[in-house]
Amino acid sequence: MGDSAQADAGMVEAGMVIVGAGQGGLQVAESLRAEGYDGPITLIGEEAATPYHRPPLSKAILAGTMEEAQLAIRGAEFFERQRIALLTGMRVVAIDRSARQVRLEDGRRLDYSGLALATGARVRRLPIAGDGLDGVLGLRSLDDARRIRGALDRAARVVVIGGGYIGLEVAAAARKRGLEVTILEAADRLLARSATPFLAGFYADLHRGQGVMVELGAKVVALDGEGGRVSAVRTADGRSHPADLVVVGVGIVPDTALAEGCGLACDGGVLVDDCARTDDRAIVAVGDCTARRTGTGALLRLESVQNAVEQGKSAAAALLGRERPFTAAPWFWSDQYDVKLQIVGLSAAHDRMVLRGSPEERRFSAFYFREGALVAIDSVNRPADHMVGRKLLDRKAALTPDQAADETFPLASLTR
Amino acid sequence: MAKVTFIEHDGLEQVVDIPTGWTLMQGAVQSGVAGIEGECGGSCACATCHCYVDEALVDSLPPPSETEEEMLGCTASERRSNSRLSCQIRVSDALDGLVVRLPEAQS
Ligand SMILES: Cc1cc2nc3c(=O)[nH]c(=O)nc-3n(C[C@H](O)[C@H](O)[C@H](O)COP(=O)(O)OP(=O)(O)OC[C@H]3O[C@@H](n4cnc5c(N)ncnc54)[C@H](O)[C@@H]3O)c2cc1C
Ligand code: FES
Repeated sequence: MGDSAQADAGMVEAGMVIVGAGQGGLQVAESLRAEGYDGPITLIGEEAATPYHRPPLSKAILAGTMEEAQLAIRGAEFFERQRIALLTGMRVVAIDRSARQVRLEDGRRLDYSGLALATGARVRRLPIAGDGLDGVLGLRSLDDARRIRGALDRAARVVVIGGGYIGLEVAAAARKRGLEVTILEAADRLLARSATPFLAGFYADLHRGQGVMVELGAKVVALDGEGGRVSAVRTADGRSHPADLVVVGVGIVPDTALAEGCGLACDGGVLVDDCARTDDRAIVAVGDCTARRTGTGALLRLESVQNAVEQGKSAAAALLGRERPFTAAPWFWSDQYDVKLQIVGLSAAHDRMVLRGSPEERRFSAFYFREGALVAIDSVNRPADHMVGRKLLDRKAALTPDQAADETFPLASLTR
Repeated sequence: MAKVTFIEHDGLEQVVDIPTGWTLMQGAVQSGVAGIEGECGGSCACATCHCYVDEALVDSLPPPSETEEEMLGCTASERRSNSRLSCQIRVSDALDGLVVRLPEAQS
């Protein structure tokens, strides 16, 4: 008896360790304190900067309307006050689950009683010749944004490979600077992975109206260079698109290296449940690095701020043995030119769409239904529809397509 | 630069120096003011940076944009006549001495 009492008294609580100091990792730390956890918290990030907002990287930072110092999600005083030890510029190289330790790149080992993985994702590279030329850039980090902003200052002709949200936002920023911009998208429409054909068509028209060349079905086969710098992008139809800057926006690869290295279940992301728990009860995972097995058994991969924040809240609760499932409808936004898009829900499986407002005036919401039930809303310059829509979806309100299309019908009446 | 006082819902007061050109939201979160979340980073897309601006000064601020106006209709706490989204208010010397109260909840 004496032995174990002594051992307990002499034991310092290992505390919570969070790997990845981005949106999700910071949220775990913040929510642990909000849940009343009083022990040590160590937040470890490979990047030099304190945790920052990524969305402005492709928006205000490229447009030059925001300074880097304005990007921080929380400042130094916050970390002090919340007693969160922030270790930046430090990479975690391995996890030892049996010893409950993480190993840092400088050889140090840190004990954990609970561990959160928030390692985010890396930009997908193009598996083609010329991907390593100067002037071929991806956008994920502040360093990437600095490089692209610098290149935009000197560039005249920009080719964006990939018509996803980040590619479209970069195209808009470059176009606003008066540069010649071409978007090359391999699929037969923009936003092929994430939006409906209707919305994709709206964005193709928007960009073309701004003078961007939008090439669909354009499969890139090679990047040509002169003296180590990119000079053109070649497509499968034999054409060559001259460029002095190429931005590659063909998606991201969830960073699962640490999780796989220690044998956690992964499937295109670290596998977690609605409470952000992995198959090891001492380890949670949040944000872009995860794939979520939802209550219905479907596998869901989201890349959004809301996902990182909500999973972060769930993860903090789970580390303290509580259940706080993330079941809210997913939401996302994108800003291009003077058009604010806000999306809520998952439209992929819809069988009916109705419009509220006017696409011609660039102010509308597309409501998507499946078997009569609302599943998603895309709002363009209609923020109120979006905000009410979040409530409609979360409460599974019985909105009919006719009501959605009728501008005189008050949507909010169904949320009370 | 302006000195802005943030008063949390529980009464805690913090005086923050905010550089010209920054938003109230940026000044607050970087100084550890807890009552502002700022989830969307200032894109006017989340309404988790809701605040109540000093009644005396509210009319001297540039009015809310259409987007802010609509987002203000959907805040987690009650909207009042002096409600604003703090990420949409840029700081200038004219705001020195501003007092901002924070709502009970942001989300
Ligand atoms: C340009 C851009 C624009 C975007 N725009 C929007 C938008 O408008 N709306 C929206 O909702 N979402 C947007 N997103 C997506 C959103 O930013 C991400 O979903 C969110 O940042 C994910 O947070 P995270 O914590 O999972 O990952 P991250 O924020 O990427 O953080 C992960 C961190 O972990 C670090 N890390 C990885 N491995 C290790 C290791 N072994 N040791 C230490 N540190 C490690 C990484 O360096 C990184 O800093 C955008 C993303 C980008 C890149
Ligand atoms: S920070 Fe999101 S609306 Fe202000």
